[in-house]
Amino acid sequence: MKKVSAVIVLGFLSLVCCNKPQEKSFPVANEHHELKKVNTSVKMVYIPGGAYKPFYGADSAWVTVAPFLLDERPVTNKEFLDFVTANPSWRKSKIKSLFSDSTYLHDWPADLELPPNANPNAPVCYVSWFAAKAFANSVGKRLPTLDEWEFVAMADSVSINARSKPGYSDYIISLYLQKNRQFNPVKLSTPNYWGVYNMFDLIWEWTDDFNSILTTSDSRVGEYDDKGLFCAGSATSATDILNYAAFMRFALRTTLRANYTVANLGFRCAKDSIMK
Amino acid sequence: MKYFSVLVLSILALCACKSPAPKQQEALPSNSVFNLTSQWQNQDGDTLQLQDLNGKTLVVVMIYTSCKSACPILVAKMKKIESKISRKDIDKVSLVLVSIDPETDTPEHLKEFAKTNGMDEKQWVFLRSNEEATHELANVLAMKYKKISPIDFSHSNIISVFNPSGVLVSQEEGLEINVDGVANTVAKTVKGS
Repeated sequence: MKKVSAVIVLGFLSLVCCNKPQEKSFPVANEHHELKKVNTSVKMVYIPGGAYKPFYGADSAWVTVAPFLLDERPVTNKEFLDFVTANPSWRKSKIKSLFSDSTYLHDWPADLELPPNANPNAPVCYVSWFAAKAFANSVGKRLPTLDEWEFVAMADSVSINARSKPGYSDYIISLYLQKNRQFNPVKLSTPNYWGVYNMFDLIWEWTDDFNSILTTSDSRVGEYDDKGLFCAGSATSATDILNYAAFMRFALRTTLRANYTVANLGFRCAKDSIMK
Repeated sequence: MKYFSVLVLSILALCACKSPAPKQQEALPSNSVFNLTSQWQNQDGDTLQLQDLNGKTLVVVMIYTSCKSACPILVAKMKKIESKISRKDIDKVSLVLVSIDPETDTPEHLKEFAKTNGMDEKQWVFLRSNEEATHELANVLAMKYKKISPIDFSHSNIISVFNPSGVLVSQEEGLEINVDGVANTVAKTVKGS
């Protein structure tokens, strides 16, 4: 009994006097208490993962992508409006400049107002990586990793890996060349093999680790001559130079910074899968 | 006797808890790195937020201690910068080494590294967090890194200086970092704050 009361007293004291968690072990807890939860009804698609050869990486290194869930389409204007409604600190008048450049939600006339002609079901753009990540956390998800996104991007409508098909890259590039494609609503085009929509035809998409590509900012140069900037920088090189569409995506990613916002850059969310 | 030990334990429990760092009175600048609310651990195992580093000029680098190539150079640069800061300014400066390999770089490991490298005075701060927070900070610094094997990371080499409010003052990139330049920036930042 005395032991019990000692424990209680100690427990109480430590509760009273400690405002901060005192855990000493890894991982350090980092919950997103500051974010209000937002509900989303977007369907998530199960992607079983598998071996895949990244466009960039150590020579002919295969990467295994673990099973995961991916939103079947990009996050829409309407959904992002719900997010900023619930989370005032992410509104365009309130966002910290640490988390975004000056063009955040550039075409929104006011904090809680979509652009006059915008389709609520078109993908949201002009969002920084920080904002995309905050949205994902608020719906209990995360951003897909670069490898996850590119794994899904290998598929055409009938096969898991269409990379070697003639015309696969050209077709994607023809989609990339459409002007103002970001204003179209989601899910109007054909889904890919996995049932995932709009991988290429509307927007570019943030990935969680977009900044993990170690090349110079100008990836057109044949030789990565800034190796001194990177530890093990020489471990990076293109493995699939015929995939020009992928090359364009990687070129874009290397120029991005996490606070950048771009007219046709949006995102979709992912989640770890508990299924096997 | 048992009551006595309860009392002693209670007092110990009270003493063990440090009072939280005083909250900054004025609002944080919108571009302050202290707007990151993630939790970190220092080399003593204390949990803190970046905001707890406020009030001092910060020199920040991201490394991992088991790195054999670029990081030792970066660590040497940090020591050189430290040695060029005037001794009367040194208590207004924190030199912060953030681990990009939090699984290996436990507080014990960081403490050991600090000792081995003669970086155990109080101006040296070693931090680790989880992967997400580390990644977020790297993105604030526009620092790229990627785990390329279980023991190796490739990463860009950047030394950043922040003023005492957490606003980025300057960044130097590459292995040829101009230590005098960084030390001068630090001296100016200390003077201006």
